[in-house]
Amino acid sequence: MSRKGWLRVAWAALALLTSACIENAPLDIFKPKGPFAEQINDLFWPVFWVAVVIFVLVEGGILFITVVFKDRGGKEAKQIHGNTKLEIMWTVVPALILASIAVPTFRAVFDLTECGADAMPVDIIAHQWWFEYRYPNEDIVTANELVMPAGVEVCARMTSGDVLHNYWIPALNGKRYIVPGQQTVLRLQADEPGYFVGQCAEFCGLSHSLMRARAIARSQDEFDAWVAQQKTPALEPAEGSPAAAGKEEFLAGQCVQCHNITGVNEVGFDQFYGPDLTHFAGRTTFAGSKFETSAENLKTWLANPPIEKPGSFMPNLGLTEEQMDRLIAYLESLE
Amino acid sequence: MTELVHAHDEHESTGIENRKLGMWAFLSSEFLFFGALISNYLLYSNRPFADSVVPAEVYDIPFTSVSSFVLLMSSLTMVLAHNALTRHDQNATGTWLMATAMLGALFLGGQVYEFRTFIVHDGLKLTSNPAASAFFFLTGFHGTHVAIGVIMLLSLWGMSRRVGSLSERHGMNLELVGLYWHFVDIIWIVIFTVVYLLSTPV
Amino acid sequence: MTATATRPSSTIFRRPKSTEGFWGWVTTVDHKKIGILYGYAAFFFFIIGGIEALILRIQLSAPDNTFITAGEYNALFTMHGTTMIFLFVMPMSAAFMNYLLPLMIGARDVAFPRMNALSWWIFVFGGIFLYSTYLFSSPEPPVGLTTIAGNLDPSELGWLARGPDGGWFCYQPNCGPFYTPGHAMDFWALGLQILGLASLISSINFIVTVFNMRARGMRLLRMPVFVWMSMVVAFLLLFSLPIIAIALFMVVFDRQFGSLFFAAQAGGDPILWQHLFWLFGHPEVYILILPAMGIVSEVLPVFSRKPLFGYAAIVFAGAAIAFLGFGVWAHHMFSSGITPVAQAAFGISTMTIAVPTGVKIFNWMGTMWMGKIRFKTPMLFAIGFLAMFTIGGLSGVTHSIVPSDWQQTDTYYIVAHFHYVLFGGSIFGIFAGLYYWFPKFTGRVMSERLGKVHFWLQFIGFNLTFAPMHWLGLQGMIRRTWQYPEEAGYGPWNMVVSAGAFIIAISIAVFIYNWVVSKRRGAPSGLDPWDARTVEWTIPNPTPEYNFAKVPVIHSLDDFWHRKYDEDDDGRAVRREDADETIRTLEEEGRNPATPIHLPAPSYFPVMMAAGVPTIFYGFIFHTSIAGKALIVIGALLSISALIGWGMEPLEEPAEHH
Repeated sequence: MSRKGWLRVAWAALALLTSACIENAPLDIFKPKGPFAEQINDLFWPVFWVAVVIFVLVEGGILFITVVFKDRGGKEAKQIHGNTKLEIMWTVVPALILASIAVPTFRAVFDLTECGADAMPVDIIAHQWWFEYRYPNEDIVTANELVMPAGVEVCARMTSGDVLHNYWIPALNGKRYIVPGQQTVLRLQADEPGYFVGQCAEFCGLSHSLMRARAIARSQDEFDAWVAQQKTPALEPAEGSPAAAGKEEFLAGQCVQCHNITGVNEVGFDQFYGPDLTHFAGRTTFAGSKFETSAENLKTWLANPPIEKPGSFMPNLGLTEEQMDRLIAYLESLE
Repeated sequence: MTELVHAHDEHESTGIENRKLGMWAFLSSEFLFFGALISNYLLYSNRPFADSVVPAEVYDIPFTSVSSFVLLMSSLTMVLAHNALTRHDQNATGTWLMATAMLGALFLGGQVYEFRTFIVHDGLKLTSNPAASAFFFLTGFHGTHVAIGVIMLLSLWGMSRRVGSLSERHGMNLELVGLYWHFVDIIWIVIFTVVYLLSTPV
Repeated sequence: MTATATRPSSTIFRRPKSTEGFWGWVTTVDHKKIGILYGYAAFFFFIIGGIEALILRIQLSAPDNTFITAGEYNALFTMHGTTMIFLFVMPMSAAFMNYLLPLMIGARDVAFPRMNALSWWIFVFGGIFLYSTYLFSSPEPPVGLTTIAGNLDPSELGWLARGPDGGWFCYQPNCGPFYTPGHAMDFWALGLQILGLASLISSINFIVTVFNMRARGMRLLRMPVFVWMSMVVAFLLLFSLPIIAIALFMVVFDRQFGSLFFAAQAGGDPILWQHLFWLFGHPEVYILILPAMGIVSEVLPVFSRKPLFGYAAIVFAGAAIAFLGFGVWAHHMFSSGITPVAQAAFGISTMTIAVPTGVKIFNWMGTMWMGKIRFKTPMLFAIGFLAMFTIGGLSGVTHSIVPSDWQQTDTYYIVAHFHYVLFGGSIFGIFAGLYYWFPKFTGRVMSERLGKVHFWLQFIGFNLTFAPMHWLGLQGMIRRTWQYPEEAGYGPWNMVVSAGAFIIAISIAVFIYNWVVSKRRGAPSGLDPWDARTVEWTIPNPTPEYNFAKVPVIHSLDDFWHRKYDEDDDGRAVRREDADETIRTLEEEGRNPATPIHLPAPSYFPVMMAAGVPTIFYGFIFHTSIAGKALIVIGALLSISALIGWGMEPLEEPAEHH
């Protein structure tokens, strides 16, 4: 291929690379929406550019060498054994570059580890394959979505009910492991109200890839309203409505073994349990945030949970169409 | 007749015979093996386990001191066996080898007795708590090493009876087994000190 | 007059006599044959691991895909990683070390030939043991608290899902008895135990060989870099294997005997497993890369026609990397909740290790600088190594920015990093070595044309596969994920990645074809096809059974080169007039040793003793049954009786060895 041809290939490759970024990737780590993720982002980019410079020097150097020093006949090579000055230089200079990177790095580690004194505590308990949220000060329990006030630091105190998991909302901070029998801590804060997507990234079994997380930041007023509503017991469905039939269905079946609905069915924390359903309808996702809340998705789920989430602890209950419709009506009524 | 050339001409560049160097390499690896085992125990022995008996509460130090002394003496008899070999005293070599094996077996008997007491009388089992698991794991592996050593010693003794005069080849074997045996003893000194003597219940 | 193996007198039962044919291979103690056996076995597992990868890539080529089930996916990625690391790269490195180490130091065999055979047999039985999980296991759902069992749809119970599915890293407690019941993970843990034993035995052999069996004049700082790297790797194995052995026993004890090492609910510490695993695991990655670095350090000087730039620095950098490699393990655990002080300390040590690595890269470039470069296939792969490993090294440096690693860890950005260093590094290096030393194994050269096709296909396929993973990861695609959702937008690049994987597969097919055809009909290589520098090229190709007709005396680093070339006033190489004569003489004398040479004789005992090991471990897994207990006894008896027979069998006549 001619030199022009190679140039065209190079431009195409460059164009391809710079277009590499996926538009609006929900878990993009380069779109920080809170102070902690911003601090991390600010650390990364300088190092990245230093790496790019070294990349260009080394790869460019290799390219240069392969073109210029190709054997084209003629004299043999000079049998150089080394160059002490040069070798010392390329030992010391990288060491200095790394040392300069090290200082801000470690400062950030210490900054980002301990929760602030005024942080709002939220206990996150990870289960196979969903996240449970308990607000100790507000005394509420919810699942799948971490609702938080915007502009306020949340101190997530985390433990696992079974295996290792981790918690990751890229827009708000890096990940932190969730370890059974231990407590780990993660600082989370969103600057503005918004809807943030996350994921469990620590391999945790069959449905690891389906254990997703959501964080919703609301203005302080909206958050307070949400808390007030969460504290109320479950809404009683209207007499004779499909939702009421659904409540009967719920109480008659196996659901009561695992699902707490405050005022309707109590399931303690000292036994195996599933997500609290008291205010189910207010949540935008369910089943470990695999599904968006909708009647259609609920039907898919209720029809056969183990197909939707392999290994699911919720079994196939063998529900009929009518049973599912009634249950869905009830669930949708639980605002 | 032209001279026979051996592929394996022993002209060791370091001056240490191949098998001895190999045994030292193996033993250096074993140091890390037992290092990991002992670290394991130390990590767990420092944690409280509610309602569960931990090893530090049930040690019988006097008894273990005696069995440690037995093992220490077996190292002495091992040295005496090697000594006898260099003097080409085949009978004495065999006697001291057997003495070493017997002392090792006695140590093992003491371990078995100790474990039985823990399991049956004190309710300390492998499955009691992580510290108990770590304790039996560590001492169990050490005991396995001692048992393998005893088998090797008895084999050497058997060979010395059958083959007759101990050639250099057997001599090297005895030296190798001796290295292994002393190693196993040193590890026990460390275990006895760190795990038994310096342990206090949390 | 040619040398022959001896036929010694009887021991317990008749000793094998032949070094030819099937039984010749089964009972061989010849380091070259053992090296070849390692090579073919390792390559076989490479194909298996590659097929596993291709299936994974088909599953991941589209969002919300259901080509395979989650259980099958988890087993496949576990086996892919385990196979590539323990059954391909490590044994392939062992293949090179086995074949070449004695040749490079002027020896006729390794220090312990029968132990060498034992290593190979234990490795092969270990690989078979590990894969026999597909015969003996069945997928079981996790159990969960208070023994409520998870539910498996029948679609999850496929044959592929029978494999160990806790990841090659077996993080606890997910990989423990509660959450991964059944036998599969036991096959994994005990299989790795067997493989570790093989490596440990090998490492002892290589250390003693390199220390004790060098030819006269072969001082340590005259040894080829490949020998140095092999020795460093042997020490890494020696000190890291015991730790993983303990850790694996702890896993097996938890799973089989009810111990509570990692039972979190009982006070066990899952993070302890991570510490133990990575204390081994990090030195392990240097075990994987250093042999390839050694190979590249041999190939670059030969095809640049000048010495290695900064030989001593490269040797010491390698040793420094190994030493420091024991101090960085918790960089795999930055987000696991270890204290900020620990994170800072390990961040610093991780950055430090970049320094000797950089030294090596710059020195390799310095080797090529002002060289007279011949772009034969080995050189293409060596340069490919340099270019690709640099990328992997740079992404590695970004991982050492600890808070940034909290975003990067457990994403495809990490997958990109380690594939660039392990595939772009180790595997490219391995291919460089296979093309380079093919003449030594076979007496022929591989086809250059096919070699170039292989290289470019592999280079393009490799970059298409692993480059996109960088931004896929930084844009949130997590690891070990069976599916990813449509909304995340990862679909198109994953399709590119999967296409790249198939291009790699095609390139490997080209290589296999080249190997087979060249072995049969390749051009004869002669003694010195590459105009090489080191002593393994002073003997005929393929290597005679006795290696050296006359053990050489070494006068300098790159001794062979200095017999062919002088230097003029400019420092340029000038071929000596008697160079061709020297080569002819070496060929002639190499084929006709003046005196008969006694080689270590073949033996049954290594394969017999090795067979006892998996037998015992099968017994462990099924220990609750009579058959299992019997297997433990039978295996132990087999190994012990083999050991006794071995002890009484002389290495060769008349000198006696253990």
